[in-house]
Amino acid sequence: MIAHAIFFYIFSVIAVISAIMVTVSKNTVHSVFFLILDFISISCLFIMIGAEFLGMIMLIVYVGAVAVLFLFVVMMLNVAQQKNQWFISKESSGHIPVGLVISVIIFFELIIVIGGWKYKPDLLNSTNLFIEKGVSNTHSLGQVLYTDYIHVFQISGMILLIAMIGAIVLTFRQREGVKKQSYLKQISRERAEGVEVLEVASNRGVKIDD
Amino acid sequence: MEYLSIVFQETYKILFLLIPVLVSVAMIVWLDRRVWAFVQKRRGPNVVGPFGLLQSLADALKYIFKEIIIPASSNKVIFILAPIITMTLALTAWAVIPFSESKVLANINVGILYIFAVSSLGVYGIIMGGWASNSKYPFLGAIRSAAQMVSYEVSIGIIIINVLLCVGSLNLNDIVIAQENMWFIFPLFPMFVIFFISALAETNRPPFDLPEAEAELVAGYQTEYSGMMYAMFWLGEYANILLMCALGSILFLGGWLSPIDFYPFNLIPGFIWLIFKIMFLFMLFALVKAIVPRYRYDQLMRLGWKIFLPLSLTYVVLTASFLFYFNLLPTT
Repeated sequence: MIAHAIFFYIFSVIAVISAIMVTVSKNTVHSVFFLILDFISISCLFIMIGAEFLGMIMLIVYVGAVAVLFLFVVMMLNVAQQKNQWFISKESSGHIPVGLVISVIIFFELIIVIGGWKYKPDLLNSTNLFIEKGVSNTHSLGQVLYTDYIHVFQISGMILLIAMIGAIVLTFRQREGVKKQSYLKQISRERAEGVEVLEVASNRGVKIDD
Repeated sequence: MEYLSIVFQETYKILFLLIPVLVSVAMIVWLDRRVWAFVQKRRGPNVVGPFGLLQSLADALKYIFKEIIIPASSNKVIFILAPIITMTLALTAWAVIPFSESKVLANINVGILYIFAVSSLGVYGIIMGGWASNSKYPFLGAIRSAAQMVSYEVSIGIIIINVLLCVGSLNLNDIVIAQENMWFIFPLFPMFVIFFISALAETNRPPFDLPEAEAELVAGYQTEYSGMMYAMFWLGEYANILLMCALGSILFLGGWLSPIDFYPFNLIPGFIWLIFKIMFLFMLFALVKAIVPRYRYDQLMRLGWKIFLPLSLTYVVLTASFLFYFNLLPTT
């Protein structure tokens, strides 16, 4: 049990320190790497309480996909330069009140969540959420998710689909004058139409591409 | 005291797993170069040791004695971390590979998810190396590689779902045991083909070696690396290739199960069969490298998102409905 406690404290200390470093570190790419470290140590904590499926999914989804996109954006946009301009120029400082409002809302939500912990023992003893001892974590998750909560599960899937389609619609634009390669055309090219023998008049040339 | 003895036992087991893996990585590099040479009617490495078998060791010695050059404008910590992360992740994934029913380092319930998670972390070694080099070619290579690995992971994940539907467990040993009557390559043959191609893309092997396309990007994300750090990238890459071969043989070729199950042959221990299957898949990898020309980047993305993803999703629906209709769904 002592080993268990030691590992718990190691992972949670790493998680807290890296969470602080995300906001403190000056280089934005470094803060994304700290975010990744945070995700990894949190998934280690999940695995330690026996929620192995959640821990692995956390690694696959957040670290393997979401954080890669974060890293992409941060590397491509060169946010470090923009941040300096952001404080100097007057016209973009309108973002600050919006950010403040959002962070205040998140702060109060966190306080409410901490208050909600008081009901945790009731939740564990609830007859609706019956935890079978012999069944593995993944199996019991599936048994609950696909029976009792199937509608919620499907609705959340629908919301994600709508968000995805929305993102595509917002960013997709048909540009004109862009030459596209058609695979069908490329594959179905024959020698007869590919090569053409032309009589070229001297000093006049020939027009090939239109 | 008891805790210490557990630690010693586990360390012993880990060494017993890692040293063979590292040696076979060295051997497999030799095999790769040799096959490549034979396809092109060359001799390949044949000077150091019998048949050139010790060529990789000679190369490793050369790398160890070379100076490690760290570019002045690079981000030093991340630059050094990148190859370490690549190699560590490539080796950690081997912890859950079952070599026989009892010979597993960690027989965890979510083994397949663990392998998937660790191999999806492998992107970071490449991105970090490319970004920290602070140079154009490594950065372009890293960006390409990250996009490529993220998109092919999606189709690999869905192919794994196909297999899991037939097994009903995420444990790798259960997946092998479920294939006792029939290897999954027979009912899921199209998925095996897609898995093989996605594995090529996932490990940045030709024809999908765009991250290190030497004609365009010098050597991609490895351009600025030298000496032992380069060798670590290279070891990690080949360990990942071996891992993908092992995963392919566990998911589709019956893992450590013996294909010929009668008297003289069933004395052969399971791990020999697993090694044979891994070698078979690796020979395919090596042949593909020698035979196929490199893909263009837009073709690669199109193949991943527009062909493999819909195909494997359709096959998930087909497998699920087949199993449901004939009442073959695995029960727990």
